[in-house]
Amino acid sequence: MAEPVLSISGIEKTFRGESESCPALSGVSFDIAAEEIICIMGPSGCGKSTLLRIIGGLEHEDKGSIHTRAEPLGEGVSAAMIFQDHALFPWLSVEENIIYGLRLSAQKVPDTEVHRRVDDLLSLIHLTSFARSLPHELSGGMKQRVSVARALAIRPSILLMDEPFSALDIFTRRELEDEILRIRQELKTTILMVTHNPEEAVYIADRIIILSERPGVVAGIVTVPLPHPRSPADPDFIRIREEVAGRVKGKNVVRCGIQHG
Amino acid sequence: MVLISKQKVREYGKGLAVIILLLVAWECAALVIDNNYILPSLTEIAEVLLHPAQPVLGGESLIANTMVSLKEVLTGFFCAAVLAIPVGLLIGWSSEVQAYLNPAIQVLRPIPPIAWMPFAIAWFGIGINSILFIIALGAFFPILINTVDGVKGIRVRWIEVAEMFHATTFEKLRTVVLPGALPRIWTGLRVSFAIAWMCVVAAEMLPGTTAGLGFLIMYAYNLGQLDVIGAGMVVIGIIGLGADMLFRAGQDRFFSWEGKD
Repeated sequence: MAEPVLSISGIEKTFRGESESCPALSGVSFDIAAEEIICIMGPSGCGKSTLLRIIGGLEHEDKGSIHTRAEPLGEGVSAAMIFQDHALFPWLSVEENIIYGLRLSAQKVPDTEVHRRVDDLLSLIHLTSFARSLPHELSGGMKQRVSVARALAIRPSILLMDEPFSALDIFTRRELEDEILRIRQELKTTILMVTHNPEEAVYIADRIIILSERPGVVAGIVTVPLPHPRSPADPDFIRIREEVAGRVKGKNVVRCGIQHG
Repeated sequence: MVLISKQKVREYGKGLAVIILLLVAWECAALVIDNNYILPSLTEIAEVLLHPAQPVLGGESLIANTMVSLKEVLTGFFCAAVLAIPVGLLIGWSSEVQAYLNPAIQVLRPIPPIAWMPFAIAWFGIGINSILFIIALGAFFPILINTVDGVKGIRVRWIEVAEMFHATTFEKLRTVVLPGALPRIWTGLRVSFAIAWMCVVAAEMLPGTTAGLGFLIMYAYNLGQLDVIGAGMVVIGIIGLGADMLFRAGQDRFFSWEGKD
């Protein structure tokens, strides 16, 4: 495997409520190589989203560390997240949403560079003619593409996707999966994606990390050796999908009231 | 070209029909009563309204008095907005600030602004300053309460997006909280403008004032000129309606995205 762009080691997280304590992750470790697409799967409530939120800086781990190359993940190194519900700012146009991150003091990107990036990203997601539209004027798939562009605008070291396509219909979903593969090809992006859909995972991932039931630990890693474009009708594809589905299937765990994933 | 749908025309038609009916009833009653000191006829009121630049009852014209009131309303309203919006943002943002300020606000809010008039006169003397104080007080609370509600209604996800891009607290307030709360703030401004308008007329009726629509109405009452009172009331109603229409138009123009997330 190439040099890891991100090393996750021994991540532990427990959510503490007033009356109950809910362990979410118990020592999760794995490496992500540059330009790799990793899907995280696991039974409901196993802490998949929590792990992603910790890497994205929206939650803090109790124990463990996240390192990018040799540096700890911090202010300078960026992980950008894409949520299931696009989370676009409804009062900003498509263009303004995309440049949102670049306008904040943490980025300090000059104006000419901002304009160049937004033009590139608009054409990358095929929405140049919608630059001035407001999010509510777009379809669900288009909104999610804008959300992807907004995350890519800051040139993140890693793109974190939390079930990004689960709210979309099957056709839009496949279209966006192809788009993600194309973006990886063009921008050399590293992607970590949570999904509950084995077919989606096998369709786009290089490796699939399976977390155990709560509290989550890495229960297995499945490598997908198939070349792109992959066909869900291919017998090898079906075999890997069945294997993944079988390993993910666990008893339904009782979800804690204070969990996130 | 502005196109008004048939449905809108029908809607306006219904409203206009009731207004015409009320005017006819008023005129008939005035003809039957035939006493200017009880009910002036519409033609007498119209006579005053049709000569708005002429001195009324030996004093300033209707326009001049209207301008005095309008200026007072705008000044008081502006002061209220400048104070209430930042305070509302802080209360909505910080539960700590809310814990300190909310009880005091809830006690002060139900007190009618006019009840403060004796204090206002004691503190600011008879005249413009007391009137401005009363207007600002009346306009303050609706803006404040709506700003707080607007901030509380901000989606946590929007804040998380800002955090993902390492926004500072001030940037979160400026780029997410303020624009996200703006539709509610606008509603607060609309409600409070109507209240400010009521306050100015009431405050100008107090002794010591020498101009304004409230003053004109009170002065006309002392001279038994009910037609002037009627004309003053019509002007108040029309300006109130006009302001409300402007606020509504602003809402449609700037906040079309609201609730369409």
